[in-house]
Amino acid sequence: MKIYKTLERYTEKPDAEYIASGHRACQGCAEVLALRLAFKVLGKNTILAMATGCMEIISTPLPLTCWRLPWIHVAFENAAAVASGIESAIRILRQKGKIPDVPINVVGIAGDGGTSDIGLQALSGALERGHRMIYICLDNEAYMNTGIQRSSATPYGAFTTTSPPGKKSIGQSTWKKDMPKIAAAHNIPYVATACPSYPFDFLNKVKKATMVNGPAYLHVLSVCPTGWRIPSELAIEYGRLAVRSGFFPLYEVENGVFRLTYKPESLIPVKEYMKGQGRFRHLTEKEITEIQERINKEWERLLRLCEATKP
Amino acid sequence: MKRVGIEVSAAIAEAAKLARVEVISAYPITPQTHIVERLAELVADGELEAVYMNVESEHSALSACVGAAAAGARTFTSTSAQGLELMHEILFIASSLRLPIVMVLVNRALSAPLSIWCDHSDVMAARDCGWIMLFCENGQEAVDSVIMAYRIAEDRRVLLPVMVNIDGFTLSHVIEPVEFPEQELVDSFLPPYNPLFTLNPERPVTMGAYGMPEIYTEAKYAQEMAIKGSKAVVKEVMEEFGRVFGRRYNIIETYNLDGAESAFFALGTINENIKTAIDALREKGKNIGLISLRLFRPFPSEELIEILKNLKRLMVIERAMPQGAENTPLFNEISSLAFHNRLEIQLENYIAGLGGRDVDPQEFITIATNPFQKDGKMNYKVIGVRG
Ligand SMILES: Cc1ncc(C[n+]2csc(CCOP(=O)(O)OP(=O)(O)O)c2C)c(N)n1
Ligand code: SF4
Repeated sequence: MKIYKTLERYTEKPDAEYIASGHRACQGCAEVLALRLAFKVLGKNTILAMATGCMEIISTPLPLTCWRLPWIHVAFENAAAVASGIESAIRILRQKGKIPDVPINVVGIAGDGGTSDIGLQALSGALERGHRMIYICLDNEAYMNTGIQRSSATPYGAFTTTSPPGKKSIGQSTWKKDMPKIAAAHNIPYVATACPSYPFDFLNKVKKATMVNGPAYLHVLSVCPTGWRIPSELAIEYGRLAVRSGFFPLYEVENGVFRLTYKPESLIPVKEYMKGQGRFRHLTEKEITEIQERINKEWERLLRLCEATKP
Repeated sequence: MKRVGIEVSAAIAEAAKLARVEVISAYPITPQTHIVERLAELVADGELEAVYMNVESEHSALSACVGAAAAGARTFTSTSAQGLELMHEILFIASSLRLPIVMVLVNRALSAPLSIWCDHSDVMAARDCGWIMLFCENGQEAVDSVIMAYRIAEDRRVLLPVMVNIDGFTLSHVIEPVEFPEQELVDSFLPPYNPLFTLNPERPVTMGAYGMPEIYTEAKYAQEMAIKGSKAVVKEVMEEFGRVFGRRYNIIETYNLDGAESAFFALGTINENIKTAIDALREKGKNIGLISLRLFRPFPSEELIEILKNLKRLMVIERAMPQGAENTPLFNEISSLAFHNRLEIQLENYIAGLGGRDVDPQEFITIATNPFQKDGKMNYKVIGVRG
């Protein structure tokens, strides 16, 4: 049980599960894996506000629940606002001596749609107000719960049901919205990208998020075999390819300082990452080359940001 | 009890303070602004121990209240018109999650055309969201209603959000004499919020799960039973309020109704003008009264039937314009009551006071003396509409 031994660094109860098995996620779903891992670090003293989306639907068919943590779902676009209300309540109730003075992690969770599209305003408000809360975006790069529609986090060129490729369309026609940098622009103490394919990097970042005084934003690439049209046993592998190709770099922004937390010796071609995925199947060599060029540029820019913000 | 002259908005903020609210989450909108500004001051000065959340929208204001109430805090919000519309989605969720949030809705017309002035198109568009709805006619009622609202909302037999309606400007911005009850007396009437369940790591619960077709109907039915059942609690609370504070309230208020053959039926401050008209009509020997609802949701059907039984004619005055509907919301409720209970009553429907338009008492005298004959086009008459 090597993983448990190592997990002990992050958590008192490595074998505790806060989202019970028996949930209804698809096989190979990395969103639910990310949650399972994150809660091991966050532990029992955690309150969770979740947006509408896959993770809500798979976990709580009334009167059943998979949650061993206090959990609330209100709507699609307001996880951050609900979490900030919870945090405010806890603050005042603690101040008035109505609840015990123990640290509680208040966590807001939403998909990429609930974060970068419809929930962006509520998130921005919550970050700006400086609540002591952790916000986790589970980025599977589309609206999966409603059946694979595009979001502003869908990568350029990808097929979704509302960005279908056709005679006059390449598929998704816009570049992925840079949500982590938008979060970082709020000058909050901690922002990080992560992926459960790199579990210890991810756990570290969750741990760090619990330690900062103020909001923390985690942007987690969560492979969705169903929406990406890949075999379910390859979810972890595709997460790695996304990171190693520079498609999804792992970095953190601590008080404005950018730092890569995983730096591949050299990037593998994005083609390696894209070729097995049904959502990119229609792309031509030329289009993939164009995407490669853009990825290279973004990567260079990130390296320069790391350099420029070095303390 | 001290009696002071105070702007009603400020008085409402003082009432929220007396209720010892713990989380205030609101977004400014005319004519609600004075309420939240005053609350922000009270918190800033340390006069009220609460968190004042400067949220970025009404949608988040109510969402934050939902989170805060679920975590066990006594929450307050306030809005008007467009703000209520932006909250609309969350209105249903707050009541379905059975969270005792209190909102003061400062009634204002809905856009377009943009209008900051009073009518009831905002509340009428939200009337079936599962909130208990109270209406007030003056500053004293507004203050007392906020205190009663928490007591009603937090009653374990109820656990529903309450909306306290006050007319924009005609009530919110006027200076009125208000008696503020002593804090100790309020504390004895309104104990601290003691929720049944909270988001508490020691006793984790799941709130806001989704309902499959096998269970959704039952969940909604249970909620409907709760709001229907809340009427008895509202009456109880009003009665106890009267005992403790000496000011008595009823879910239905009447004016000059004893032995009256006909009556007006309206909500809010427009009643003051109707009363003036009634006084004048009485002098001319016309026996006419007024019925107004302090409790609009749940709709006090049984009590209204008892009153309507004795009347020959009812003139419903609505401050909202339905678009494309058979009739106005208030009138629909009343005519449904009349039909299903075989009441022999002549019902007339008037729309008046839209977007802050003044309705002169003379207008009501005209209505009372010249019954509206349907012209085949409209089921209602719009008062004062030009050409
Ligand atoms: C106001 C509103 N609009 C639309 C929806 C429908 N809806 C529910 S979940 C969802 C997509 C969720 O996508 P995302 O946030 O990316 O999460 P995922 O399901 O992919 O995990 C949509 C469009 C909704 N619930 N509420
Ligand atoms: S659709 Fe994708 S994100 Fe949703 S449960 Fe299935 S694998 Fe997970």
